[in-house]
Amino acid sequence: MSWIKLRPSRPRDRSQRADEDLHLLKRLQSGDEEAFITLVNRHHDSMLRLARTFVHSHALAEEIVQDTWVGALRGIDRFEGRSSLRTWLLAILVNRARTTGVREARSVPIADTEPAVDAARFNSAGAWSAPPEQWVEDVEDRLGAVQFGGLIRSTLEQMPERQRAVVMLRDVDGLQSDEVCKVLELSAANERVLLHRGRSRLRQALEDTIGGVENHAR
Amino acid sequence: MLGRPRELACQEVVELISDYLEDALSTRDRRRLEHHLAGCPHCSAYLAQMRETLRLAGRLTPEDLSPEMTEEFSEIFRRWSTERD
Repeated sequence: MSWIKLRPSRPRDRSQRADEDLHLLKRLQSGDEEAFITLVNRHHDSMLRLARTFVHSHALAEEIVQDTWVGALRGIDRFEGRSSLRTWLLAILVNRARTTGVREARSVPIADTEPAVDAARFNSAGAWSAPPEQWVEDVEDRLGAVQFGGLIRSTLEQMPERQRAVVMLRDVDGLQSDEVCKVLELSAANERVLLHRGRSRLRQALEDTIGGVENHAR
Repeated sequence: MLGRPRELACQEVVELISDYLEDALSTRDRRRLEHHLAGCPHCSAYLAQMRETLRLAGRLTPEDLSPEMTEEFSEIFRRWSTERD
């Protein structure tokens, strides 16, 4: 599991992706193996990453993904398109993952008092005493794509499971918040708490690393 | 009549940024946040950093399936095709 490469820009339009999925699904329903493999490829990483939030072992996560596809194929003629194919697949995966009983992502508490930014960076009135540096304009120059991919991956891996699942689905895979809630069976409020903590960690990780790069260059 | 809302502190702003980006704040809270951002370059820099973080996270791209995995999925497909017939 690695995401070393970076896309040159945002992924194609969501509705375009969903349309392509539906087209591939129709081909699959008529027995087209190539369409199946293309669909598997398109969703494999999202599914594997989500499975890894339920089980520690990569091999077991791969089994869950395969098992999800076995179940999805058996129910493929019942897919009604009320949700996107990706949301439907991920919801099946969550059900399968829970039945493995190895680790229950639900057991991770949502209540989390960790602040978005270390309290030591504010004065007693709550104003910045150590404000963020301006690095947005040249972040990609300072941090190469390879280093960036590794940084995001390691930061995600350090997050509690449900926080990681929410950030991956919402910010890496680009699902809508209501789809994330549906897949993970979370309330909108809890989804936002997890998302906020996870995003704050990602930003902090980038700031720490980019700051380090700059200091090193001096 | 409601009084003028209390000004947000920077430390409160950073806790509201994600809900702001998710368009999940009440109109009143959104206005308070935007009022603060308009006068605070540090929190504006923080918001820009958060937007950049999300932009970069959305650009992570998966690797293709390995040939071994592709073969395993082909096998799953063939078993399904046989069951279906």
